[in-house]
Amino acid sequence: MPLDHSLIGATSGATAFVVEQGAIARFADAIGDPNPVYRRGDVAPPTFPTTFRVAVPGLADIDPARFIHGNEEYTYQRPIRAGDVLTCRRRIAELFVKEGRLGRMVFVISIIEGHDPDGALVFAGKSTVIVHGEGE
Amino acid sequence: MQIIGLEPGEATPSLEMAPVHKVQLVKYAGASGDFNLIHTDAETARAAGLGDVIAHGMLSMGFLGRYLTELAGPENVRRLGVKFQAMVRLGDVLTCRGIVKARTPLADGRTLLTLEIWAENQRGEKVTTGEGDVWVSPA
Repeated sequence: MPLDHSLIGATSGATAFVVEQGAIARFADAIGDPNPVYRRGDVAPPTFPTTFRVAVPGLADIDPARFIHGNEEYTYQRPIRAGDVLTCRRRIAELFVKEGRLGRMVFVISIIEGHDPDGALVFAGKSTVIVHGEGE
Repeated sequence: MQIIGLEPGEATPSLEMAPVHKVQLVKYAGASGDFNLIHTDAETARAAGLGDVIAHGMLSMGFLGRYLTELAGPENVRRLGVKFQAMVRLGDVLTCRGIVKARTPLADGRTLLTLEIWAENQRGEKVTTGEGDVWVSPA
């Protein structure tokens, strides 16, 4: 799949993630967050959605060494809790090309959304990944 | 921390993190599922021209998430957005800081505080910058 404007609007399949108490607790330990509700694994820290690994459409086969993570933004309708089942999809919202220090750089802006089983949005994440070394 | 009375332009209390340790990066790789070896394997990092392993950018975002939580509580974090500006290396000590950008009163009596936030290293360099929105309630 070429890394160009034709990817705008491309959407991943839906993946359901079960939020496990132990996974939350390990994440809180890794970031060094001492809050007891996180350490017990009851509530997930704000950046826990990074664990919902949904490949960006069109980038799955590219060497991660060519990626630079530029920006990340999460918005929350409510905190994520142990026991949540979140169905996540990622779509490419924008894509643009710049010539820079690293040659051709492709900016890929994707949006992930997580919905609960009733279809209510729980969180959204907007991620900018810069892919460099294109065509080398 | 009590931040409800802060006006735009006023600083939120700073929060210093423990030094970034290699075990932390290994734990973060496992807990987050980001297994890019530039964060955990010195050989890979050197081959990539980085000298030594660098911390996951998302770890510094995690620090800022902790910061918002300590300022406002886990139930009150509405938005966290960051730009990754500079690399974080082993031994770096990051401090989270913030400034109130805006106060938006809500119909239910709460206030939405928009904060400019960042993590800076021990040399005062801003490594991760961004914004957060948190709800605060009258005491």
